[in-house]
Amino acid sequence: MNFESFREKIGYQPVLLGTFALLASGALAWASGATGDSIAAAEAKDLRDSLSEVLPAGMADNDFLKDTVELDKDGKPILIYRARKEGTVQAALFKVSERGYSGEIQVLMAVGVDGRVLGVRVLKHTETPGLGDKIEIKKDPWVKGFDGKSLGDPVPEKWAVKKDGGIFDQFAGATITPRAVVKAVKGGMEFFSAHKAEISG
Amino acid sequence: MSDNYGSIMKEGLWGQNVVFAQLLAMCPTMAVTTSGTNGLGMGLATTAVLVVSNILVSAIRHTVSSQVRIPVFVVLIATLVTIVDMAMNAWLHDLYKVLGLFIALIVVNCAILGRAEAFAVKNGVVASAVDGLAMGLGFTGALTVIGLIREFLGAGTLFAQASNLLGPAFAFLEMKVPGYGGALLMILPPGGFAILGFLLAGKRILDQRLEAKAAEAAGCAIHAAT
Repeated sequence: MNFESFREKIGYQPVLLGTFALLASGALAWASGATGDSIAAAEAKDLRDSLSEVLPAGMADNDFLKDTVELDKDGKPILIYRARKEGTVQAALFKVSERGYSGEIQVLMAVGVDGRVLGVRVLKHTETPGLGDKIEIKKDPWVKGFDGKSLGDPVPEKWAVKKDGGIFDQFAGATITPRAVVKAVKGGMEFFSAHKAEISG
Repeated sequence: MSDNYGSIMKEGLWGQNVVFAQLLAMCPTMAVTTSGTNGLGMGLATTAVLVVSNILVSAIRHTVSSQVRIPVFVVLIATLVTIVDMAMNAWLHDLYKVLGLFIALIVVNCAILGRAEAFAVKNGVVASAVDGLAMGLGFTGALTVIGLIREFLGAGTLFAQASNLLGPAFAFLEMKVPGYGGALLMILPPGGFAILGFLLAGKRILDQRLEAKAAEAAGCAIHAAT
């Protein structure tokens, strides 16, 4: 029997499919093993870079990627990175998120022990390009407007965009997006002041 | 089938262009062409997958029976894309951050399965590799052109952030039109459809002109012969 007709036999099909599935799994397992360490290293570097961006230089002498504490925020656990200098906590870094105009906006923020914002960056969003994406530092310095603010300065009612009677600018054609970011940062500040003792511990 | 590499190249780049002639792969085409750089990056990544998948499909074409060929090709392509995705994440991490979202989209690019079915399964390995390269480059060209037009009209820039993709040496490509804020519509989906429509119409007109010219030339030749 030649291969041509053998190839059409019913028994040949599952064997062929199984062989290919096996080969594919093997190739994937090998690739995953070969790239795993590099991917983990690259992602850790990404995280370190983004954390370093919100934390002013010279604030920490510890490896804050390893010094973490997990707390509950609105029923969800969030990871807090602690920047220490000579053993005492100087700042807390954590992610907060809020629903924007078209999906979740992820914000990374750093708060000093004195309760002031050290830095805010938007990590991830799906806002309208050209309108809502001014919350990215690459597009607009707007997000730097949070630096130095605290829960007493401005007073809580003023933690809003100008349209809502607050102090933060909105963008022409996009109010929902900056409103969400302000809300996220305010929520983060409230969370920090409520858990300050646990974070500094 | 033709083993003439020149005509395979010509078909891939123009005659059977994935986007402009076959109208395949519309999902990635619309999604990533918000800038020239994105289009170029997506095109190159797709080209790499297309060449390798064509080679592999062509190499196993005698082993695979026609009854189960589709699942086998799907597994093959999905595996390939996943490996490319992991490899880029590991070793080309900066580029991956720009393109990451789109790499996985290559799996659903019907042009790849389309070429496996229409070409690689009937042709030799070398011809299939050439076909993959030609189709991929045609796709890259189409994506880059649409991306550049949309970026130019929508944001007033050309090849913004190209140095992220190609390295700092290509920073000279990045241009900005001074004093033009851009028409946002062009970046949004309607702009993509509009630009693609105009380009398709343009290609049709050009093809018709070329055909008419060829017919005219043939007519003259006949006339001269009689």
